[in-house]
Amino acid sequence: MTTYIIRRVLWGVVVLFIVSLIVFFSLRLIPGDPVQIWAGQQMGSGGSLSEEMLDQLRAKHGLDKPVPIQYLNWVKGIFQGDLGESIRYKDDVGTILKQRLPVTLVLGLVATVLSTVLGIFFGLVAAIRRGKWIDTLVTILSYVGLCIPVFLAAFILMYIFALKLRWLPFIGFELPWNNFGKSLRQGIMPIICLAVTPLAVTARQMRSSVLEVNNMDYVRTAWSKGLRERVVVTRHVLKNSLIPVITLLGISIGIIFGGSVIVEQVFNIPGMGRMLVDAIFQRDYVIIQGGTLVIAFMIVLVNLIVDISYGWFDPRIRYE
Amino acid sequence: MNDVSTTPAVETIAAPRVNEWKRFLRVFFQRKLVIVGVAVILIWVLTAIFAPLIAPYDPNLQNLKENLQPPSSEHWVGTDNMGRDVFSRLVYGTRTALYVGFGTVIVSAIIGMILGLLAGYLGGVVNAIIMRIMDALMGFPMLILALLLAAVLGGGLQNVIIALSIATIPGYTRLMCAETLSVRENEYIMAQRAIGSKSFRTMVRHVLPNAFQPLLVLITTMIGNVILAEAGLSFIGIGIQPPGAAWGSMASAGIRDLGTLPWLCFAPSLAIAVVVFAFNMVGDGLRDALDPKLRGTL
Repeated sequence: MTTYIIRRVLWGVVVLFIVSLIVFFSLRLIPGDPVQIWAGQQMGSGGSLSEEMLDQLRAKHGLDKPVPIQYLNWVKGIFQGDLGESIRYKDDVGTILKQRLPVTLVLGLVATVLSTVLGIFFGLVAAIRRGKWIDTLVTILSYVGLCIPVFLAAFILMYIFALKLRWLPFIGFELPWNNFGKSLRQGIMPIICLAVTPLAVTARQMRSSVLEVNNMDYVRTAWSKGLRERVVVTRHVLKNSLIPVITLLGISIGIIFGGSVIVEQVFNIPGMGRMLVDAIFQRDYVIIQGGTLVIAFMIVLVNLIVDISYGWFDPRIRYE
Repeated sequence: MNDVSTTPAVETIAAPRVNEWKRFLRVFFQRKLVIVGVAVILIWVLTAIFAPLIAPYDPNLQNLKENLQPPSSEHWVGTDNMGRDVFSRLVYGTRTALYVGFGTVIVSAIIGMILGLLAGYLGGVVNAIIMRIMDALMGFPMLILALLLAAVLGGGLQNVIIALSIATIPGYTRLMCAETLSVRENEYIMAQRAIGSKSFRTMVRHVLPNAFQPLLVLITTMIGNVILAEAGLSFIGIGIQPPGAAWGSMASAGIRDLGTLPWLCFAPSLAIAVVVFAFNMVGDGLRDALDPKLRGTL
């Protein structure tokens, strides 16, 4: 078990290393260095900068060194908790992330819990009542959830609850520890939008997983022992059918992070997604690098936890 | 095939033949929603091909005097903020989705399959390197990876296709790698090698038919996913650049008028949802109809 965990952690580190390579070097393919781009934007807004000032800026950010050295410096910084400094905001990327990340994490975490719990519940109910109206309903809704773009969900909710009924605020998001009531009201629509697709994915997987487990000998044995439905379902069916669903957690987190880019745009929420999009439009490399690495890190971490927790859910799985 | 004598021998052992194609069609069209899906895809492709004949106006023709009109007999879905006919833009939007959907899937499937074959066939270090890179690519949410790549490459149809292709390669690579590994273990490959057949070609010839069915399902659902991702990119403003008619950017442009002219947002979003729904349906239908467990059944 320990060797398995160590090996799995090492794989995670390797994956993150490759991610950092991809992110860093792909951004260097854009013609012009960050300082030049920033200077160009300053020129556009009426400012003027001498070549010397640009060189000074380059030296300050280490951009005068060869790209591989820049990469090594960046990685060295990461290990010291320093993700670099945004040329544009003249602010530490770490500091910017500290403001942005909690917003996305709060919304994302609630959406993850919501989609996982509801997905498991609906999938289970649909499978147990196979062929009944509830099964048809869950199946249709999960098909719909899989195909609607995140922004369509946002439009529907906004149109009904913010514009017509005026129950919920249109845009913005405040962190719950600053103003809980406001945060809750502002959070409802974005969270639902984020949860729609993973909820559909989870419910579908859960339904087919339960149907499979239902055919197992031990379930028939449980029934023939005369156990009540509740016991068979919770103790035998639910526990065994959860395993493939747990695997989905990593995928769900990915969908939610991807969705947050759009949801934060629609609802004007100052989170990671907005930050990335703004950084891409402003060509702020340092923020793009830091942001994507943090997202990849969290996804790798979740997948790691999922893999390790397998053994707990299914003692039959042996780690070599 | 030079050796004719082996073929009849196999025939006599085989179970009574079921017409696989007939069985496939029967299972495939069993579900009504699959029929709906096929119909939607057909209509969509035909609309894209005949867009100039169907669209009543030039999709980029601006008429600021008549902007933000509600639906009328002249403008079936009204006009947008630049006075362009929304219905015509919706019709031309089918082309964007078609190019991106099929273009991306063709590029990424070919590259992904080659990488998967190489990884599975060569094994060892090559396998480790290719598969680790795929793991890393999968470490990103598809939309964020596409966002990053689109930022590097810039917007526009071609770059969106490249970005989405790279983002979707890992699925094909994993599938092909797994198929190749399982085929490589088979005795007939060893036998082929023993008689001196060029083994890579043998691999390809044996792996492709084996992988064909899961690949077909993957490709079908991928087209839907890719269209969804392109819509996301265009919605953010990083995908198809104006004035190109893309459903995603149409939806985001309409957001200011959501309260008064909701169809500006809903029409393009629904178009995306319907096409993606169709591909998911057909993908599911294919999965069921191609299920190897059903092979040989009536």
